[in-house]
Amino acid sequence: MPFGINETMGQYSELFMLLAAGTYTVAFIAFAWDLAKSSKALRAVDLKAAQAGVAAKVPAVAGVGAGAPGARLDGPADRAERPSSSAAKAAGAGTGGVMTADGDMKYAERRVPARVAVALTTLAVLIHGAGVVTRALGAGRVPWGNMYEFLTTGAFLVAAVFLLSLIRRDLRFLGTFVVGLVIIMLVAASVAFWTPVGHLVPALQSYWLVIHVSIAVLSSALFTLTFAMSALQLVQSYRQKTVAAGGADKLGFMRLVPSALSLENLSYRINAIAFIGWTFTLMFGAIWAEKAWGRFWGWDTKEVWTFVIWVVYAGYLHARATRGWTGTRAAWLSIVGYLCVIFNFTIVNTFFNGLHSYSGL
Amino acid sequence: MSERVNVTKKQTAPVAEAKAQAALPALGPKGMLRWAWTQLTSMRTALFLLLLLAVAAVPGSLFPQRPANPANVTQYIKDHPDYGKLLDSLQLYDVYSSVWFSAIYLLLFISLIGCVVPRAIAHFKAMRSQPPRTPQRLSRLPEYGTLVIPSSAGIPASDAINNAAGLLRKRGYRVEVRDADGALPSLGAERGFMKEVGNLVFHTSLIGVLVSVAAGGLFGYSGQRILVEGDTFVNTLVGYDQFNPGTNFQSSQLQPYSLQLNKFNITFDRESKGKFGQPIDFAATVTTKENPDAPPKQEILKVNDPVSLGGTSIYLTGNGYAPVVTIRDGAGNVAMQGPVVAKLQGENYYSSVVIKVPDARPDQLGFVGFFLPTAFVTDKNVSFSADPELFNPQLTLNSYYGNLGLDTGAPQNVFELDVKNLTPLNARNLAAGGITLAPGSTYTLPDGKGSISFDGVKRYIGVDIHHNPGQVSALVFALLAVAGLILSLYVNRRRVWVRTGTAADGRTMVEYGLLARGEDHRLAGEAAAVRNLFSTEWQLPDGDAEGPAAEGQVAEATAGSQQTPSRTGDNVAGSVDKAAGSAENAEGSIPTPAGPTGPEKDQ
Repeated sequence: MPFGINETMGQYSELFMLLAAGTYTVAFIAFAWDLAKSSKALRAVDLKAAQAGVAAKVPAVAGVGAGAPGARLDGPADRAERPSSSAAKAAGAGTGGVMTADGDMKYAERRVPARVAVALTTLAVLIHGAGVVTRALGAGRVPWGNMYEFLTTGAFLVAAVFLLSLIRRDLRFLGTFVVGLVIIMLVAASVAFWTPVGHLVPALQSYWLVIHVSIAVLSSALFTLTFAMSALQLVQSYRQKTVAAGGADKLGFMRLVPSALSLENLSYRINAIAFIGWTFTLMFGAIWAEKAWGRFWGWDTKEVWTFVIWVVYAGYLHARATRGWTGTRAAWLSIVGYLCVIFNFTIVNTFFNGLHSYSGL
Repeated sequence: MSERVNVTKKQTAPVAEAKAQAALPALGPKGMLRWAWTQLTSMRTALFLLLLLAVAAVPGSLFPQRPANPANVTQYIKDHPDYGKLLDSLQLYDVYSSVWFSAIYLLLFISLIGCVVPRAIAHFKAMRSQPPRTPQRLSRLPEYGTLVIPSSAGIPASDAINNAAGLLRKRGYRVEVRDADGALPSLGAERGFMKEVGNLVFHTSLIGVLVSVAAGGLFGYSGQRILVEGDTFVNTLVGYDQFNPGTNFQSSQLQPYSLQLNKFNITFDRESKGKFGQPIDFAATVTTKENPDAPPKQEILKVNDPVSLGGTSIYLTGNGYAPVVTIRDGAGNVAMQGPVVAKLQGENYYSSVVIKVPDARPDQLGFVGFFLPTAFVTDKNVSFSADPELFNPQLTLNSYYGNLGLDTGAPQNVFELDVKNLTPLNARNLAAGGITLAPGSTYTLPDGKGSISFDGVKRYIGVDIHHNPGQVSALVFALLAVAGLILSLYVNRRRVWVRTGTAADGRTMVEYGLLARGEDHRLAGEAAAVRNLFSTEWQLPDGDAEGPAAEGQVAEATAGSQQTPSRTGDNVAGSVDKAAGSAENAEGSIPTPAGPTGPEKDQ
């Protein structure tokens, strides 16, 4: 073994994880506050606009060329026929206030609680990162050798990817969802899967652990984001239909969330990246399996579920190009895919016997 | 892949014809076949089969599988007498070679071929044909813009179109200029043919992977062998403990190399508290010979680090202890001498031992018991192993005599002793008690049946030997598939049309429109880039002719020169549409003569 075990580092790591979880919790509250407060403020704006009898304009206008503001036209051609998009149009054109985010997810007004929440999340991610690094130092290797480490490192990546995506796009509406998931992951890691720092079993001592597992964690983190978006897409699509049909808008907090179509398009793009990542996970896993067990594919339980996930997301990508399967159905496929990811990680690792039984439990 | 959009397929005459026929009530046998083929190769069916494949793969993880471990299946059927047999008849223990699983993936691949071949032909044609004709109303395209070159610049419409063509060519577009010297010269440009190529490569490569796997199953072989320190394995059929030939295997494929296990070392974790005593390194020192006459070579065989020899790879897959015993029979002769492979049973190399001594006289002898590397006994008199290393090795055995039944020739499991026809000699419940041996000690069996000595302990390893001729091509195809996937997801297929004209006051009016095929969220960026290129080329100030108002003005001016008054209104309406953020200008509605330009979906 190249490095020894450093138990003190391991203890520091656990302290960092605890602090990070605490900070995430405060950030979560701030994100929830943002949703509540913004929706209240928006309702007030709507009322005022209604009284004045002026239809509020959709805010930002795309800058360059003859770009169309609002819903962008880069989706499949049949989108116009889809109820979600016509609802989006009706809702967007009608009051202007129902949808506050445009297709590019830009918001007109400042949201103080959301800023606080992002700052807190950034702090939490830094502490969390320190926890991951000290864990790695304590064990003298990459910090994803068992389920505890996979979860803590995975949660870190989910939060970090979320923060990074904020640079490009205002996805703060996802905050409660993502930070909530991160907290669940951290709690699950320390309650159900806690393992002290230790050496790797010989089967895991390979550079493929670095390659195969890191890509798997990264893809899973991206799938986590798209899962959140697809779930919101379903709610938003339901809300848009209700509003378009003249029903009461009971889900006021969803005002902050972009239209179902924008969510669908963005989650498609992220899913496409994650799908490539998952393809690499599968391939590198096969190469490693050949090195370790003498066959690149043997339908081991973990291999089966990795394959199932791959096929489900392949189905998702195909569904996006199949008439009648876009929108809600595709979102369901994305959700089913993520449930398979969770199943593969939790149930398959702990209850199924297979060659991948390295949970460290 | 982003879209298995059957754009081109729809355009091919036979398929369209078949689709038309599908609506007819009487098809005839040929029509039926065509209809079935169209159904099978449709996107919907492919998607359905794909999702079905995911569902069908699941049972293989729920039930024990024969190829992975046949013993587990037998045990499972025994444990579940009510439905174990039923599951077997449904092939749920051989899911991945079952009729239903095979049917799904074969149908999926037929559907895939049925989709890929026509698309490949269509794409080949598309790559060799010119970009589609310039649409009448460029303003209806998802990205549209206009530029005005002042008359002072001295760039007439024909020069402008040629400039634009040059710029677009540099940007990687295939460009065709139409009517260059006419009143309204235009150009059509297209790029991103690699998107569809990637798409086709991805799907074709999946077929390649499948074929490679099949080839491995036909011509490959694998086997297992247990080697005690000092043992030599020779790659011949008799050298294997277990051998699994592929369907087309021939014994002449085996190259007679040899591999001797010299020493096997294990490093245990003595550092961490939680994993104390867990093995952290296995290293087998082996001597290999490519063939009987080749010079010997020293190599280290480790987990994750196989040894390649004679076209095969040799993997370290298991290990354990092999206590060395000497057994003398009733006549005082050595009936057996050597290591006995102890089968792992529990924690810390708690292993079971079965010794069969068919050469013992006058009676054959049999021993059953346990080997413990570090033996401890609990208060309740239960033995266990406290550590994986040899701190207190102990052999505890019961003994039997009688006929072992080996002479009948019926195959027996070496790790099991059938004591039905044997007479017990030593056991805890017998007067003689059980046998407990430490290294170096000897126990004399009761009734003058002989003796057993525990001489020492060796280690053994289990190796898997694999030969899979399909795996290199499987890897190549998998890499090709990924490359194709990335191309199909990230190359954007775009079309640009530019039309120029001269206004009454001598200004050169330029309008352009962009259209994406498939999903392309960067089309607006491309439009901006193209606009920027043109502005720079013609030295137009930034923001010239920007916005709906300017557009309307330019449209009017251009329209005037074209003497098509109706277009003015259309153009203005188009820009108003856009300002309202309407979804009306979806690509599919553009009346392009070259056929559907939007991402058409197969039904």
